[in-house]
Amino acid sequence: MIRDVTLGQYYPGKSLVHRLDPRVKIVLLVACIVIIFCTFNYLSLALVTLFTVMCIASSGVPAKFYFKSLKVIITIVVITSVLNLFYGTGDPLWEWGILKITVNGINRAIFVTVRIVCLILISSCLTFTTSPTDLSDALERIMKPLNKIHFPVHEIAMMMSLALRFVPTLIEETDKIMQAQKARVADMESGNIFQRLKALIPILIPLFVSAFRRAYDLATAMECRCYKGGDGRTRMKIIHMSKLDVLAIITAALLICGVVLCNIFLTAVM
Amino acid sequence: MTKILELKNLSFVYGQGTPYEKCAVKNINLGIDSGELIGIIGHTGSGKSTLVQMLNGLIKPTEGQVLFNGKDIWENPKEIRKIRFKVGMVFQYPEYQLFDETVYKDIAFGPINMGKSGKELDSAVRKAAAFAGLAPDLLSKSPFDLSGGEKRRAAIAGVIAMDPEVLILDEPTAGLDPMGRDVLLSQIVQYHKQRKNTILLVSHSMEDVARVADRIIVMNSSESVIFDKTEEVFSHGRELEQIGLRVPQITKIMLCLKEKGYDVPDGVLTVDDAFSCVYSLLKKEGKL
Repeated sequence: MIRDVTLGQYYPGKSLVHRLDPRVKIVLLVACIVIIFCTFNYLSLALVTLFTVMCIASSGVPAKFYFKSLKVIITIVVITSVLNLFYGTGDPLWEWGILKITVNGINRAIFVTVRIVCLILISSCLTFTTSPTDLSDALERIMKPLNKIHFPVHEIAMMMSLALRFVPTLIEETDKIMQAQKARVADMESGNIFQRLKALIPILIPLFVSAFRRAYDLATAMECRCYKGGDGRTRMKIIHMSKLDVLAIITAALLICGVVLCNIFLTAVM
Repeated sequence: MTKILELKNLSFVYGQGTPYEKCAVKNINLGIDSGELIGIIGHTGSGKSTLVQMLNGLIKPTEGQVLFNGKDIWENPKEIRKIRFKVGMVFQYPEYQLFDETVYKDIAFGPINMGKSGKELDSAVRKAAAFAGLAPDLLSKSPFDLSGGEKRRAAIAGVIAMDPEVLILDEPTAGLDPMGRDVLLSQIVQYHKQRKNTILLVSHSMEDVARVADRIIVMNSSESVIFDKTEEVFSHGRELEQIGLRVPQITKIMLCLKEKGYDVPDGVLTVDDAFSCVYSLLKKEGKL
């Protein structure tokens, strides 16, 4: 059943990473992604990998979940690494027709694979340990300065959290409508693509109708509680930075320094 | 009489094998005769809706069988749609499934899926609309322009139009005003009398079920705890209260009278019956 689909990846817990300030987590994630792509030799790549493993280990989320998130991108990783393997420059180690493998190609393939894997793992670490509401809250806080240039930060954050909030509701609704139309012997499992698309109409129309109805209801409810946008609004949950966050920032800073030093003192292999 | 529906060791578990495993229906055994009007009662989350969704193959039981006219409905999974012609199901708040341009087309959705066309289709739609109490001039309107009660009727007509041998109604009166509720219920009873098919009425309103059902299934925490004649069920007033269900007010008054030592019968369901009981009692005691 459609209801069994798990949405959002949040894995509740109380680990070190869970307790970090979501704003810090987002900023550090961006920094890490940049630094992952600034690794040009094996030592810096090892540093980045080590940092990723540290994040995963201290997140308290079972490794199974990380493997699941890697499963989605496995084809992309394989394709890009194979392509990179054959596109290296320099003297060929092995040649067959137009295909040739060079030392440079092997290095490229390894770097691309490790970089993508680290990238996915470390971003999953953020989504596993931060609830969607915390995420949109933190994003709103980070982007607050954009208000100065009349960018509607609060409105966008509000839309994001509302959308997230309605995903499970709409899934449940879809499930109900599907069952109801199936009870009227709607056939959704057979036929060619056009027949199947047509079979979606009895589901999509009631779903849209109910989504609009819910939107109107919600708007009325918000207005009844005097919602008038973000100005002067206090928040229920105030996020604080703690010593833990300082520690995380220092660790990430060390990583950045390490990678920069490696890049200065060691020769790049790709 | 032949059993039109028979449930054997029927169980259903949501999310089997995951940490969120939850048993919704546990080991239900019962048989329903052709032509009966059965009430299914139980409070929210007792497994009523899950149970009825298994009866027309919308969900597959994790254990046990549903026999329709003596044949397991899952014997041939490819034929499951045929069962859905025969066992019609009206969901809770069915008005949210309306989708077509006109009420007529929406009611015709089921019969068309069954392969009906032409005159046969037209008569099925008009008959169903009449059964559900929809005025003929509403048929050409958009279902989204109808009132709440009319939408509900249109949606019920959409299932009746398939002319099912068994009709399941899941909380058909939920959210209607008392007047609308009475009218809808009596229409269901009338339909039952004319069509002589089997009806299963799921509800948590004791008053509704008591008034119309021949027999009642009482569900409590995924199990069927009582399955008996309506009067019998409501004579278990105390038991019902223990599982959080309320017997109709008038039944309760009569039960209290009995506890006080008056000679009144057990399962009195309507005010009229109660009146005649009390009247004859008073007469017997010479107080009138």
